[in-house]
Amino acid sequence: MNREVTGRIHSIESFGSVDGPGIRYVLFLQGCPLKCLYCHNPDTWAFDDGKIVTAGEIVDDIATYRNFIEKGGVTISGGEPLLQQEFCAEVLDGCHELGLHTALDTSGIMPVEMVQDVLDKADLILLDIKSIDETMCETITGASNRNALATLRYREERGMDVWIRHVVVPGYTLDFEMLARMADYLKDFSCIKKVELLPFHKMGEYKWKELGRHYSLTDVPEPSEEDMKKAAELFDSRGIKL
Amino acid sequence: MTTPLPGKEDIDVTGVPISQDFVKWVLAAKASSGKFCVFTQFSYNLLFQGGKEMDFKHGQYDNEINVRDFIVDNYTPYDGDDSFLEGPTDRTRELWKEVRTLMDEEHAKGGVLDIDNHTISTITAHKPGYIDKEKETIVGLQTDAPLKRAIMPFGGIRMVRTSLKAYGKEMDPQVEEVFKYRKTHNDGVFDVYTDEMKKARHNGIITGLPDAYGRGRIIGDYRRVPLYGVDFLIEQKKKALEGMVADYFNSPLIRQREETSEQIRALGELKEMAASYGYDISRPAKDTKEAIQWLYFAYLAAVKEQNGAAMSLGRVSTFLDIYAQRDLENGVYTESQIQEFIDHFVMKLRMVRFLRTPAYDELFSGDPTWITESIGGMCLDGRHMVTKMSYRFLHTLVNLGPAPEPNMTILWSPSLPDNFKKFCARLSIETSSIQYESDELMREKFGDDYGIACCVSAMRIGKQMQFFGARANLAKALLYALNGGKDERYNDQVAPVTEPVGDGYLNYDDVLARFDHICDWLAKLYINTLNIIHYMHDKYCYERIQMALHDEEIVRTSACGIAGLSVVADSLSAIKYAKVKPIRGENGLITDFEIEGDYPKFGNNDPRVDEIATDIVKNFMQKLQHRKTYRESKPTMSILTITSNVVYGKKTGSTPDGRKAGEPFAPGANPMHGRDSHGCVASMMSVAKLPYDYSEDGISYTFSIVPGALGKSEDQRAENLVDLLDGYFKEKGHHINVNVMNREVLLDAMDHPELYPQLTVRVSGYAVNFIKLTREQQMDVINRTFHTRF
Repeated sequence: MNREVTGRIHSIESFGSVDGPGIRYVLFLQGCPLKCLYCHNPDTWAFDDGKIVTAGEIVDDIATYRNFIEKGGVTISGGEPLLQQEFCAEVLDGCHELGLHTALDTSGIMPVEMVQDVLDKADLILLDIKSIDETMCETITGASNRNALATLRYREERGMDVWIRHVVVPGYTLDFEMLARMADYLKDFSCIKKVELLPFHKMGEYKWKELGRHYSLTDVPEPSEEDMKKAAELFDSRGIKL
Repeated sequence: MTTPLPGKEDIDVTGVPISQDFVKWVLAAKASSGKFCVFTQFSYNLLFQGGKEMDFKHGQYDNEINVRDFIVDNYTPYDGDDSFLEGPTDRTRELWKEVRTLMDEEHAKGGVLDIDNHTISTITAHKPGYIDKEKETIVGLQTDAPLKRAIMPFGGIRMVRTSLKAYGKEMDPQVEEVFKYRKTHNDGVFDVYTDEMKKARHNGIITGLPDAYGRGRIIGDYRRVPLYGVDFLIEQKKKALEGMVADYFNSPLIRQREETSEQIRALGELKEMAASYGYDISRPAKDTKEAIQWLYFAYLAAVKEQNGAAMSLGRVSTFLDIYAQRDLENGVYTESQIQEFIDHFVMKLRMVRFLRTPAYDELFSGDPTWITESIGGMCLDGRHMVTKMSYRFLHTLVNLGPAPEPNMTILWSPSLPDNFKKFCARLSIETSSIQYESDELMREKFGDDYGIACCVSAMRIGKQMQFFGARANLAKALLYALNGGKDERYNDQVAPVTEPVGDGYLNYDDVLARFDHICDWLAKLYINTLNIIHYMHDKYCYERIQMALHDEEIVRTSACGIAGLSVVADSLSAIKYAKVKPIRGENGLITDFEIEGDYPKFGNNDPRVDEIATDIVKNFMQKLQHRKTYRESKPTMSILTITSNVVYGKKTGSTPDGRKAGEPFAPGANPMHGRDSHGCVASMMSVAKLPYDYSEDGISYTFSIVPGALGKSEDQRAENLVDLLDGYFKEKGHHINVNVMNREVLLDAMDHPELYPQLTVRVSGYAVNFIKLTREQQMDVINRTFHTRF
């Protein structure tokens, strides 16, 4: 690996338990081109914020946590990590040299041909499909879902693991017809090891206010347990592991 | 062959290689003099088991007191899961309901149900007491009624007076009369204290000293009573006393002879107390129920005699499992019966009460007794020491619901069986009632038969004791270093006069030199103060029964402690990496600090400040090490505050890390609230770096997390917690309290305590009923870092 490559990071969480299997060191990178309405980390959006570090520094830091993450691993999240693909590639290499499992948490916003190298290096991709419906995806994020779906197909070709994540937002993605369509689309991918349906929450709302941004989902309720169950059923009945 | 034996009619010992003559001889020996010196567990059980195939393997422990040998030869490691466990019997449910009602009443009455203010508590002073005699399988109470507190004035009559007054009771004139002529530990200490010591105590640079109450932190080897019976123990002590002679009877020898005589007397009283409940414990126990009952009587004698700061149980579960395993195999008791005995035993432990003052509660909040039971760990021969009884003890948290006592302590090793690890993790998540300590670190120093006294203090059971020394406030010491030896709150010259630090930015090396100088003074004063306290405690409030359950030659430690570690580490880091300027008040003393820039904070796995913290620990320990101590005890140190971090904070002015005057310290070795910004593993890494070799009396860390942050499903949470514990202990962490709960639950419990009678939280080194904490302590728990990131 090239230790000198620099990256811009937002923060480090030494105990990630919800971003991939087991206990994970989660590296949050700074900068994201999407503007998801429900984003709970809007403080990771700006490209000129955060802290500049080298891949070597990060890998050295990761190495100190070995005893905790040997069964889990490392997850690079963001922001959108694929915008700093060189840095990601080096960190992933460094992790593999340490014998650690790696995951990359991405929205799949980048064209596959531009980021193939990184996509090949991550043991697991946590792919956030915002919506199976292109128009809805644009409403939520301001961008199309085409690259995300292409990313999924690429990993399928390579036979490499993917976990799908999907946020269920009442009035947006809490639409059973749309969820069924998504399940139908996903069910034939053998690379998908898990689908995580994440109930929308507003725990990040205060950050929008702190940043002086307008949060448009203030009046949107969180989905009920019943709705989440029903959504899960749509995937479960198609043989998709949740 | 049929031989009539006491307690049983016809006992058939056919098939057992033992002669009738031997049986007769044993019985004759017992009848004639009660002398049981050769009457070992092995032979006794042989007779009383009525000819069943004997299962106790015998060895060294037959001829000398050696409980560890008995355990290692006879215990059965258990690798299975928890599916064998039984729920509470109807009797247990009914009995516990009666106790709960009394506990609710106790809470409603402001924390104390009743006090026997007429009887000076001794092992035999009170008549037998019961909750509900018909339902109890294990009997014995401290006084003649449940939750009625006894007075134990030998530690200090003043404390009894204050406590009685606080709870609206009068001092009995007869008791008052006795103590006109009988001096107490507290009186002795204050006869000797120097002005400097009194000042240090008053200003709070040394606090929580056991100079007005029982010192505690001594674990009797209560297992000796069921294994050998009291008569054998008395015999052994008498033999030892015979050997305590010399050409010149110097004071250590005279003291030892007197103490041994007291021990023998106490063992006699123990027998007498058990007899008042209808039990003859002069002989060894012959089954599980007796083993638990005998052991409990021994413990009960200790808590009738001593109002010790911590009255720990030791390591009894695997010992008791040997009896249970045998009884299960022989069909003597069912699993349900054995669980019932344990449930009833634990119920009794939950009912232990001491009369304490409101000032004491401020320091050690929540009415704790620290009945610490150490569970699990590894045997030196490589086997793990988890047995079914380890599960049964922990299962009381389900059968009786969560509770702070007994203080369930898992001696963790990554080599413990997976089933057990996961079982513990699940229970931790459900009850927040368990603490974990590194068997890897402690086994190396203390072998495989040590127990934890109080929260984190390891000691070989029956072979080692400590002189409890509470703690010195290092954050205050840092302020003394800057203020020329004056106390920042009282403007009192406590330490020797030095030139106060100048105006302008503080210089790191200069501050370090000043701090080092003040720590020299503090270590000297601290150890001398402890020397006085423990001299007087031995003289006026000697732990007769607990020491009777020790060997004659024991290791003693002078257990010092420090508070405010993360405050000092962050303060020094701020001075080194940011710019810190003192702000002075009218009297010239520093009232606050101005900090420019950021600095590395302890709890983020940042070596720049973690090394500072490590150095503070090493340096202070090295200073203690060189001091001369009472009874040649070995100085040790802990990083533990219990709940006193709040009081310490209250008494300490603003510090250079930005902490304002009066704000609480972090508990134990914890990073300061809200400053650990890299998640809990980083925080654990920082704490794990603190060197156990320099803090052999324990390093306490309290970890709180909301359930959702631990994992998505119940299974994942348990697995993640196991991995966290494995990781922490592989990194050489020493101790960790695990709390898994939502902050909202705690807030609700503050407003509606009646809905949360059993809500338990772990604070530094022990667990408490949340609703029993003072409001300030409750806020401290709530304000602590709860790891919450999703």
